Amino acid sequence: MIIAEGKPFNEVYEFTKNHNKILLLGCGTCVTVCMAGGEKEVGVLASQIRIAAKAKGDEVTIEEHTIKRQCDREFFDEETTKKIKEADAVISLACGVGVQYSVEIYNDIIIYPALNTKFFGANTEQGIWSERCAGCGQCIIHNFGGLCPIARCSKSIMNGPCGGSADGKCEVDPENIDCIWQLIYDRMEKLGRLSELEENQALKDWSTNRDGGPRTVKREDLTLS
Amino acid sequence: MSKEPIIVAFCCHYCAFTAADLAGTMRKQYPTNCRIVRLPCTGKVDVNMLLKAFEFDADGVMVAGCEEGGCHFIQGNIRAIKRVVYAKTLLAETGVNPDRLVMYHIAASQGPLFAQRATEFTEIIKKINHEELTREKNSDDNSRRQAV
Repeated sequence: MIIAEGKPFNEVYEFTKNHNKILLLGCGTCVTVCMAGGEKEVGVLASQIRIAAKAKGDEVTIEEHTIKRQCDREFFDEETTKKIKEADAVISLACGVGVQYSVEIYNDIIIYPALNTKFFGANTEQGIWSERCAGCGQCIIHNFGGLCPIARCSKSIMNGPCGGSADGKCEVDPENIDCIWQLIYDRMEKLGRLSELEENQALKDWSTNRDGGPRTVKREDLTLS
Repeated sequence: MSKEPIIVAFCCHYCAFTAADLAGTMRKQYPTNCRIVRLPCTGKVDVNMLLKAFEFDADGVMVAGCEEGGCHFIQGNIRAIKRVVYAKTLLAETGVNPDRLVMYHIAASQGPLFAQRATEFTEIIKKINHEELTREKNSDDNSRRQAV
């Protein structure tokens, strides 16, 4: 899922300037699961803004609303549209995708982002989310025992490890980053497939990544037109 | 003169709430500023509950749970500590003095301790209110002087 975290409060509070009525719009999917932008976080941010506005003497009305997904048109129902149109501005607690999609649907409304979108990751422990996928557009993890050196190696090297690997840790941050090449080696050894690592990996085609420009996936069988 | 502060006390049913009850039975006096909210465990405490209390004009919030190792639900009070710490960071970035939020550990048998903590915390909040009021007044006086 997409992992995000809240922007510093001061940054978000700046968005409320020059607006009298703000709608905080939460998203009920990825950012709810990573505890950054769901119904609960909408409530917390709303309380923070109201407390700060009261202390500073700023007049701002905060409305709260959360929909299932902000990256899907079908969830912007009548009630949501009404609330968005009634507000002077919207602060969206969705990931970058949700904020932009809201902007596309309501192009005459000012919509601000309340989150910093980080990466595609997994909930590895309660309260901890770690990067697992870089969305490079051409998955090759079968060559590495199911572990991704693109997302999880600091250098994204495909013929690792590099000289910065020590005691199974990456030199970039030895306390927090495992050397994925150590994990790949250990796993391939466990699977009895270590010899496969002797094959050199060919240069990766990065045109499927961002290097090919913004990407679209189209399924002809699903389109309506 | 500053107004009487409002203190919201989120108390665990198994310890602090019983201690508050015991304080009453023992005729121990504590300030009437405390509004007690009984919870099944302090593990029920969530950041938005704490912020909501401040949003609705609480001057101070105390979370009172079992002693470490004594939680009826094993770890509820330990989880509450983490949430209180997080809520303090949120309060600080919102511009609220984080000392307005505290967590205490009070066992069910410690009625006098509940009364003592409630009294202490009310005094702390009164002091913070007074300091903030004085600071505001001084800054108002300064800006008036500058205007003149």
